[in-house]
Amino acid sequence: MTKVIKLRKGLDVNLKGKPAEVIAEVKCPGEYALVPDDFTGMKPKVVVKEGDQVLVGDALFVDKLHPEVKFTSPVSGVVSLVERGDRRKVLSVRVKADGKQEAKSFFGEQSGKAERDTKQDVLALLLESGLFGFFRSRPYDVVANPEDKPKAIFVSAFNSMPLSQNFEFVLKGQEAEFQAGLSALAKLAKVHLGISAKQTSQALTNAKDCEVTVFDGPAPAGNVGVQINHVSPINKGEVVWTMGAEEVIFVGRLMKTGKLDLTRTIALAGSEVVAPKYYKMTVGQKLTTLLEGNLAKADHHQRIIDGNVMTGLKTTAEGFLGAHRTEVNVIPEGDDNAEMLGWIMPRFNEFSVSRSYCSWLFGKKKEYTLDARIKGGERHMIFSGEYDRVFPMDIFAGYLIKAIITGDIDRQEALGIYEVAPEDFAIAEFVDSSKLELQRIVREGLDILRKENA
Amino acid sequence: MKALRNYLDKIKPNFEEGGKLHAFQSLFDGLETFAFVPRTTSRVGSVNIHDAVDSKRLISFVIIALLPALLFGMYNVGYQNALAAGQLEQATFWGMFWYGFLAVLPKIIVSYVVGLGIEFTVAQWKHEEIQEGFLASGILIPMIVPVTTPLWMLAIAVAFSVILAKEIFGGTGMNIFNPALVTRAFLFFSYPSVMTGDSTVWVNQQSILGLGFTAPEAYTAATPLGQAAADGFAGFDCQTIQNAIIGLIPGSIGETSVIAIGLGALLLLWTGVASWKIMCSVFVGGGLMGYLMQVLGLTQIEWWHHFVLGGFAFGAVFMATDPVTAARTETGKYFYGLLIGIVAVMVRVMNPGYPEGMMLAILLMNLFAPLIDYCVVERNISMRAKRAIKK
Repeated sequence: MTKVIKLRKGLDVNLKGKPAEVIAEVKCPGEYALVPDDFTGMKPKVVVKEGDQVLVGDALFVDKLHPEVKFTSPVSGVVSLVERGDRRKVLSVRVKADGKQEAKSFFGEQSGKAERDTKQDVLALLLESGLFGFFRSRPYDVVANPEDKPKAIFVSAFNSMPLSQNFEFVLKGQEAEFQAGLSALAKLAKVHLGISAKQTSQALTNAKDCEVTVFDGPAPAGNVGVQINHVSPINKGEVVWTMGAEEVIFVGRLMKTGKLDLTRTIALAGSEVVAPKYYKMTVGQKLTTLLEGNLAKADHHQRIIDGNVMTGLKTTAEGFLGAHRTEVNVIPEGDDNAEMLGWIMPRFNEFSVSRSYCSWLFGKKKEYTLDARIKGGERHMIFSGEYDRVFPMDIFAGYLIKAIITGDIDRQEALGIYEVAPEDFAIAEFVDSSKLELQRIVREGLDILRKENA
Repeated sequence: MKALRNYLDKIKPNFEEGGKLHAFQSLFDGLETFAFVPRTTSRVGSVNIHDAVDSKRLISFVIIALLPALLFGMYNVGYQNALAAGQLEQATFWGMFWYGFLAVLPKIIVSYVVGLGIEFTVAQWKHEEIQEGFLASGILIPMIVPVTTPLWMLAIAVAFSVILAKEIFGGTGMNIFNPALVTRAFLFFSYPSVMTGDSTVWVNQQSILGLGFTAPEAYTAATPLGQAAADGFAGFDCQTIQNAIIGLIPGSIGETSVIAIGLGALLLLWTGVASWKIMCSVFVGGGLMGYLMQVLGLTQIEWWHHFVLGGFAFGAVFMATDPVTAARTETGKYFYGLLIGIVAVMVRVMNPGYPEGMMLAILLMNLFAPLIDYCVVERNISMRAKRAIKK
């Protein structure tokens, strides 16, 4: 019998523009980019030059500190640009696709049998193909270190954030690859798969080579951090690796064919999208062709988000699909909105957890169109208990944030900073009446802590 | 609406760095965010969408919740005046209300002008956005002082509290003590003669602008609680308690009517602006202590009479629940409230000098709130440490 964990804390925000379960094609935009910043905590060393020919799976850059961790090209073609910013920081490595998608084979003569037999083989294969870079490790929520011995690998098979990808739909037709991926990961460490109470697919509920735990509750129940906290919390000195569910399919494809295939089924969603649905996209693909003709014609500004409304980064139509992203959301920007006397008006179209607004009246069925305004001024923490209501972990979120702001490292450790990632604070940041940038605060705190502990 | 927006956009550059009206930037900001929802959008790397709630909204609801008690307080000022002059039969409802309005309005104006003036100056000096915390304190302060308090005293007390109890700690959200109660405590200890119970402070005895009545001779009206203290805490008759529930008794301007305070409490609890855990546990603590005192024979006051007399209800609903100075952990809130109730009744019954204990109880627990939270958080920390060792 699978263990069911019921979570009460959290919040589901019902947004307009949920994706229909249809998959559409996107014209190949010709240009792809792999962005080192998507792989948090890694210092890139570019190993290609502009003009080099690359195949799918050829390394574009490696981690300076762990050169065996490679980050490989999602497409075949010619390296068109190594984009650098201030102090020669590598912003992206761009590849002009040749449209052939020729992939490098990572299998030897025995057609891969030997390559996936033992722990070392699997690890070497993942490192060589660039899929190891998709592991994130906690503490710090950064790219994993291949020398670490993780106590477990956690995979969450659902995303509970609004406007997110429905993984069960994406999984259809790829069940075998998913299972092959899980089995490969199981060679590295014990695998925990967290699934939602609403998911019924046999490939999830009866997944082999892993321990399945069912989570029943509102967002952020789908966050892998929340799941770790309830299944096997991280203590000081322990390391846990996590991987996105769709990335497990990448591993499965590699294990089956010996070739790298970073094709995702992403959700294009949000109130500014004409017909929200799913699209086949490759990691790093330029967003231009995806967005063409799909954005609502509007006289107001729009915000294109690489990723989810809760955790994604603001980008432009010229941007690229981030490495870990499972959706692209588009919402109104709202900076041209002149709304009067917000402190007292009823504001029926605004969503709030506070009963000082009316959204409690309309129930959970009403869909909201929210824009990117902060809708208030940044303050010190005034009201208490706001974070705790939507933070389903055994951690005092407000106190942890204060410890990070004041730079008190001992206290951060004591309060459990090793267990959290910025995304775990997304819902808390959404409801915060003091409008503090919790995700940014946590990210900076983790970075400082990592430097101190190094 | 569009025109106003355009006008603000047009004059905005004057207030920015280098503009000729830069010295008034905090004032402009304050008024602009008051008129329009700020248009700042979330930065890259944070959550893209936000809940519509902000501190302005929540503090506005505190002020709305205070209105019934404030309006009733105005009426009661007029009522007490008429009673003092022995002219109750001649007085009309509106006559009494307008009299009270004229008596209370200057206090509200002084409180806001002095308090907000300091806040705007500090915000300008620190290059920060003006914060709305004082909007609630500024209306609370006139409600917890006797109606006869001179305006200059009020001004000094407000300045003292805003500067020394709030701004030096870093402004709204950083203060240890409730600024409104510090104002009252300052008045209480600096000018005891105008703040204590047995004298003539509770009733305004002069007519204002031809409204109200001038009492023929010096009229002394003690609060029922003060009277009970003077009589060695003898109990009350039914009529007094009934008047206390309605609020037609002498006392600080806003504290007398339990019914009006109850309306405010309902709004605060329904909207979730105030913590029900704190509010309820103050009453539980006060009730338990009141009962104990009664059983021990230290007082003849029924345990629940404490709730309707003096500032107990007002303190429990509006003062103890101030989120900044109260305990911040959910478990801590129970202890915090419970101890306020216990200490308030204890001070009332056992302290021979002054009949009221609510102000001192809340200020004392403001001081202890961080300690309560520390204990709660420490349990979580030791749980985590034990978990690491067990492995």
